[in-house]
Amino acid sequence: MNLSGRSLTDISDLSREEIVFLLTKTKSLKENSRGDLPSPRGSGKSVALLFFEPSTRTRTSFEMAAFRLGFRVLNLDATSSSAQKGETIYDTAKNVEALRPHGMVIRHSGSGIPLQISKLLKIPVINAGDGFHAHPTQALLDAFTIHEKFGKISGLNVLIVGDIAHSRVARSNISLLRMMGAKVKVCGPPTLIPPLATELGVEVTDKLDDNLGSADVVMALRMQMERQSSFQVPSLKEYTTRFGITEERLGLVKKDAIILHPGPVNRGVEIMSVVMRDPRCQVIDQVENGVLMRTVLLEEFLGAPL
Amino acid sequence: MSSTFKNAILFDPSLRINVKGSIVTEGGKILEVLKDKNADSGKVFDLQGQHLMAGFVDLHVHFREPGQEHKETIGTGTRAAAAGGFTTVCCMPNTNPVNDSSFVTQYIMEKVHQQGVVRVHPIGAVSKNLEGNAMAGIHGMIQAGCVALSDDGKCVMNAYLVRKTLEYLKSYGIPLIEHCEDEHLVGRGVMNEGLVSSQIGLRGIPHAAEDVIVSRDISLSEHTGGPLHLAHLSSKGAVESIAHAKARGLKVTGEVTPHHLLLTDESLRTYDTSFKMAPPLRTEADRKALVAALQSGVIDCIATDHAPHSEEDKDVEFECAANGIVGLETAFSTCYKLVERGELTFERLVESLTTSPARIFKFNDRGQLKAGMLADFAVVDLKREWKVDSSKFFSKSRNTPFNGWDLKSQVTQTIVGGEEIFNIEKGICL
Repeated sequence: MNLSGRSLTDISDLSREEIVFLLTKTKSLKENSRGDLPSPRGSGKSVALLFFEPSTRTRTSFEMAAFRLGFRVLNLDATSSSAQKGETIYDTAKNVEALRPHGMVIRHSGSGIPLQISKLLKIPVINAGDGFHAHPTQALLDAFTIHEKFGKISGLNVLIVGDIAHSRVARSNISLLRMMGAKVKVCGPPTLIPPLATELGVEVTDKLDDNLGSADVVMALRMQMERQSSFQVPSLKEYTTRFGITEERLGLVKKDAIILHPGPVNRGVEIMSVVMRDPRCQVIDQVENGVLMRTVLLEEFLGAPL
Repeated sequence: MSSTFKNAILFDPSLRINVKGSIVTEGGKILEVLKDKNADSGKVFDLQGQHLMAGFVDLHVHFREPGQEHKETIGTGTRAAAAGGFTTVCCMPNTNPVNDSSFVTQYIMEKVHQQGVVRVHPIGAVSKNLEGNAMAGIHGMIQAGCVALSDDGKCVMNAYLVRKTLEYLKSYGIPLIEHCEDEHLVGRGVMNEGLVSSQIGLRGIPHAAEDVIVSRDISLSEHTGGPLHLAHLSSKGAVESIAHAKARGLKVTGEVTPHHLLLTDESLRTYDTSFKMAPPLRTEADRKALVAALQSGVIDCIATDHAPHSEEDKDVEFECAANGIVGLETAFSTCYKLVERGELTFERLVESLTTSPARIFKFNDRGQLKAGMLADFAVVDLKREWKVDSSKFFSKSRNTPFNGWDLKSQVTQTIVGGEEIFNIEKGICL
């Protein structure tokens, strides 16, 4: 399986076989992990991280992954630099490419930016989240976490709860999980369900209590504070009443199910503190698995060690 | 000064003319339409069997002068019009400063006089500075040459202002042109709301944003009796409302752009900002409804909404990119694809570029091949094949979704007032 030199901007860039390959590689890395020791194999390589949107979790995850591979990291905090100087995003990307990194990881608030940049550059581009469009590395680490627990993905019932409409995590998870044979249901107020969602191949519901019991995986999404000021929900309190994973609702979740969240968690809004302490909640495992998956992705997409 | 255009196929569906013949002009007007006959008076142009039609009339262009001359000027805009067979164009008031007073209208008319190669009629603003709060200087603008009013680019959100403007315009018999997009429903949307927006993660604009304003303004036109013209229609729902209004005999007319007739939101999958405009490209069902409505006459005419933008305004993130595309130089040939595909008749295509738009703005001296009319013509070679190359546009801007398209049929010659102003071999002739 050779992914070297390719870009990863969306789940549709990958075949089912390639996803299985990535999950398997990550599993073997986890089993044989040498902890925090940098591997000498990747020394001499470099990766540029361009984050045009604030991010701690995903950026540090990629940094740690690069560190494990012995890659040099060019960390460009682009949230304030280029745009304010009048440089276009495409000029910024071309300039960074001219620094000769072996690949580029991009996060941007505009949907489609990593795709557009990947067409412009010769080096591989990895999408670390674009607008509402895609977050493929998150979906891959979620798939790994699910697979680690159940030993399979096919046939599982996955319930994604929350703001589906504005979520790149939901979109990429829907694509990947459906490709791997899971049954995906989305649950949220009708204002936060994307138009024609059923045509994306998912079931849609606004009744959380009726649907928690059949889920093998419950994935809660982050609720943005701005949604209550833009007529999406009357208040966060009301959102929590209807869609929060509360202690009472925890009783409805299967004993062997898992609860996921891409983070950062708004405690008390999407997930109550008591749920965070429940053994079914795998939020911290997701973070750990994220570094492993991204280590594999950097190694595979940025090519063989020098 | 006399000219003769001979060996032509004279084509005017409004007068049921489709015959070999020639036209003799005198003093800028049509002197004689000679069916099955040739003449040789004055300067003679042998059209060698090409189609001769009334010059095209575009009720909706943006020429960016004054204020954004780096995108387009009246000089370059009218050259683009000439190259597309348009002999009359009406320019929207969203310039800088806005055309909301007689002073700005006069400035535009002066520029037209100095630089224009086709006939230009300005459209005045409905509201001062397009802010939707207070009426613009309507009487002065009309005296200075404005032929309609519009806040195009923005919807007039205050229904009371629409009502009062429609009433006020009854003194002049000219239409209010509405840009039908409810700004609250548009919100931060940048493309049609539907399956494609759900898949590619761009904020959607529902067709209801257009439909509610179309319905609202039809009600206000009915209430006031004032003529209403609906710009660049994009949705099936709007078409249904207009059909209903027309059936009740209301003074409502509508236009559609070549891009809404030919393209859908499927084109957005590449995030190419050449496909970003307001209103947005919608679904195939909407596109089909628009073509059918144009064919049946529910939609009266084709207008380009020629909207030049610089590369700097387009080559940015999709959300940040300017709305609009240029259209004058590709309008006829792109729409002719609909004729080739059997979706639109050739008669209706030509009528919606000539007689129909001329009637809406009461340009009674043009739009038909008839003695006494202005000698404004478009000559079209229906067999000529060409590839769209935006780098060769007469327009200052290159923002077209049709770049690289292979088209059959091309405007080869444009005549204004009996004078050849564009020729495919020589370019602009002055």
